[in-house]
Amino acid sequence: MTAYIVRRLLYAFPILIGVNLLTFLLFFVINTPDDMARLHLGGKRVTQEAVDKWKADHGYNKPLAINLSAQGSGKLTETIFFEKSLRLFFFDFGRADDGRNIGADIRQRMWPSLAIAIPGLLVGLFVNVTVAMLIAFFRASYIDTWGVIVAVAMMSISSLFYIIGGQFLFSKMLRLVPISGYDGGLNAVKFLILPVIIGLIAGVGTGTRWYRTIFLEEIGKDYVRTARAKGLSELTVLFGHVLRNALVPILTGVVVVIPLLFLGSLITESFFSIPGLGSYTIDAINSQDFAIVRAMVFLGSFLYIIGLLLTDISYTWVDPRVRLN
Amino acid sequence: MPDFFTNLSSFKPVFLWTDILLLLLLASMGAIGVYVSGQEHLLAPLRQVRRRALAMAALTVLLSYIGIGLLDSLHFRQKLPQIEAGQEIQYSPEVLSLLDLVVGRLRKNVERTYSAPLATHSFAKEMIEFPGGVKKRVFPPLSYGGAHLTDGLTQSADIKQTLFMGGLTGLFLAFTLFLTFSFLLSRHHRSPWKKTLHALRNNQYETAWGAILITLSLIIIMVSIVIPLSAKYHLSGTDKVGQDVLYLALKGIRTGLVIGGLTTLVMLPFALFLGIAAGYFRGWVDDLIQYLYTTLSSVPGVLLIAAAVLILQVYMDKHADSFSSITERADIRLLFLCLILGMTSWIGLCRLLRGETLKLRESEYVQAAIALGVGRTRILIRHILPNVMHIVLISVVLDFSGLVLAEAVLSYVGVGVDPAMISWGNMINSARMEMAREPIVWWSLSAAFIFMFGLVLTANIFSDAVRDAFDPRLRSR
Repeated sequence: MTAYIVRRLLYAFPILIGVNLLTFLLFFVINTPDDMARLHLGGKRVTQEAVDKWKADHGYNKPLAINLSAQGSGKLTETIFFEKSLRLFFFDFGRADDGRNIGADIRQRMWPSLAIAIPGLLVGLFVNVTVAMLIAFFRASYIDTWGVIVAVAMMSISSLFYIIGGQFLFSKMLRLVPISGYDGGLNAVKFLILPVIIGLIAGVGTGTRWYRTIFLEEIGKDYVRTARAKGLSELTVLFGHVLRNALVPILTGVVVVIPLLFLGSLITESFFSIPGLGSYTIDAINSQDFAIVRAMVFLGSFLYIIGLLLTDISYTWVDPRVRLN
Repeated sequence: MPDFFTNLSSFKPVFLWTDILLLLLLASMGAIGVYVSGQEHLLAPLRQVRRRALAMAALTVLLSYIGIGLLDSLHFRQKLPQIEAGQEIQYSPEVLSLLDLVVGRLRKNVERTYSAPLATHSFAKEMIEFPGGVKKRVFPPLSYGGAHLTDGLTQSADIKQTLFMGGLTGLFLAFTLFLTFSFLLSRHHRSPWKKTLHALRNNQYETAWGAILITLSLIIIMVSIVIPLSAKYHLSGTDKVGQDVLYLALKGIRTGLVIGGLTTLVMLPFALFLGIAAGYFRGWVDDLIQYLYTTLSSVPGVLLIAAAVLILQVYMDKHADSFSSITERADIRLLFLCLILGMTSWIGLCRLLRGETLKLRESEYVQAAIALGVGRTRILIRHILPNVMHIVLISVVLDFSGLVLAEAVLSYVGVGVDPAMISWGNMINSARMEMAREPIVWWSLSAAFIFMFGLVLTANIFSDAVRDAFDPRLRSR
């Protein structure tokens, strides 16, 4: 078991290096620091001195990969690659264009993101699985047919409509909850209800259909027939046998997204003005702050890889066959 | 309109990059069609799709979307009127499409600002000077919407009348279509007309003609109501700069189709080549390809797209001179967006293809081919490729609707299509401000919603049918 996990860890490391190289390529080779400076100083009529000054202020005034003018190991360390890219491995994200410490911002903005993402995930999972179970229970009936039709119709609607429509209905027409905003502590609840509900409605079509397929696949298997042949009721078969076995794909599907919850949702957070990492990213994209986007790309990949690792581990936990191989 | 066609030399065709690629996409779809017609294992599931009423109804709607999109993809520049004789012929810098010609008035009838659907007066009050020097804040009448109304004809009576006449025309046309078609069908099958009607109702033909006819009739009726209404009024109102929202929604179709279709076309060669290579050659090739796609897929999609589009923006700002018009610039950006989306979406297909090839490689007929000394390329093309085609077909149709939805989200985030390009995403984006107004401006959002929902829903229904037909696991159930 330990050997397995160590092997997976070793496998994850090269991927992280690959991501790092990719961000370096995107942000420094294809899009050079000169371009970045010109973008921020505005237009083409910027003198080279101004560009150089901007680069010096933000620490981009070094060669990309090899610094020939430096001494000894400085040839490699006094470069953009070392200072900007390799430091990401130690979660040293540097400073944003406005001088703020990105790492500190991320640590602070992580919590609102989690406060909305975790309830969203749990409520969504519960409702989707329940609805899918119901549909699977009434499979090959009108309820099944119409359930799938409604699910397909619901997943054909852009998430933007759900948010705009939900804000309009619940906040503007019915005035049940504030339209957007955020507050610390327990006061946050009234701001979080609406995004969580809208997230649930927006995802219920896709989720239900996905889980229905999983359940139907399990229901077709031999052990289900055996359980029925024993004379168990359909409900016992569904909840005692099918659900337990279907938990394997459900669990692995959920585990992989858990670390990504930290990142928050770009759209939801920006619509509801929740000061999480999602709106942080959107603001960075809109103000073209490459340092933040770069940090978020790296962080996102890192969390995704952690998610993959957790998936592997949870597999060995729920399915002994993986462990024995 | 006819005078446009009398003198063809007054047009200069413009081929935008996405136009060319869309035509290429059509051509390759045709080629795939020809290829499939010779492959029994692919034809059998397609026959199953053809029999399904819902799928064929969805396909009919999809095809009408595609028709509009294609009309909108034939671009040209109009000749400018010669100011003096003997002057060099000059063309308007404005790039128009065939659709712009067809809808004519919709494009040209621009009001000053917002107006509600079917309105005759502007949405906001303005200070207007009346004859006699009196100034008053009133709702000014629109320059085009309901401009034909006279004192004897009220707006509601006119709308009712137009609706009635349009509906009648539509019913007549639909009925004619139905009669003609069922007559032809009964001639073709040499069966009495009554029997044909019965067979149509019970979906007894190899193609679900009944569903197609009903859908077509509904479309015809809808169009015959919309055309006269939108000629007199702004059927879905006007937007902030007074453009007809119906026109914007129609123009958005092409953008959606390009994003959904071209992205697939762009990524298909990658996925096919890498997936099959990884599965067939195994060893270090497999390791390398797997490493490549795991790395790419570990970057969250939106962030990768955002990063790439930001960099594209910088590049385009730097080379602003090399684009001759706004249309061209927006088009290049659309193309690159497709490329970038393709970069993130080939991974799923590649993974599937690799798995399937790994399995096929061990199958008896491939082993037999190896034993007989058949060359590697020939095995890949003759034995592996045809047997992974069903996966390609499924994932192409499944990806489409997701990509159309993604366009809206990306445009909202600010990394979507060019702001100058008409797209549903941009319409929704602007609707955010409009919903905050009092009273609210709901029509642009609703128009984008209806058009988008129609496209995505029909694409989803159709792709479901295709997947059900091709996926043997689901078929056995």
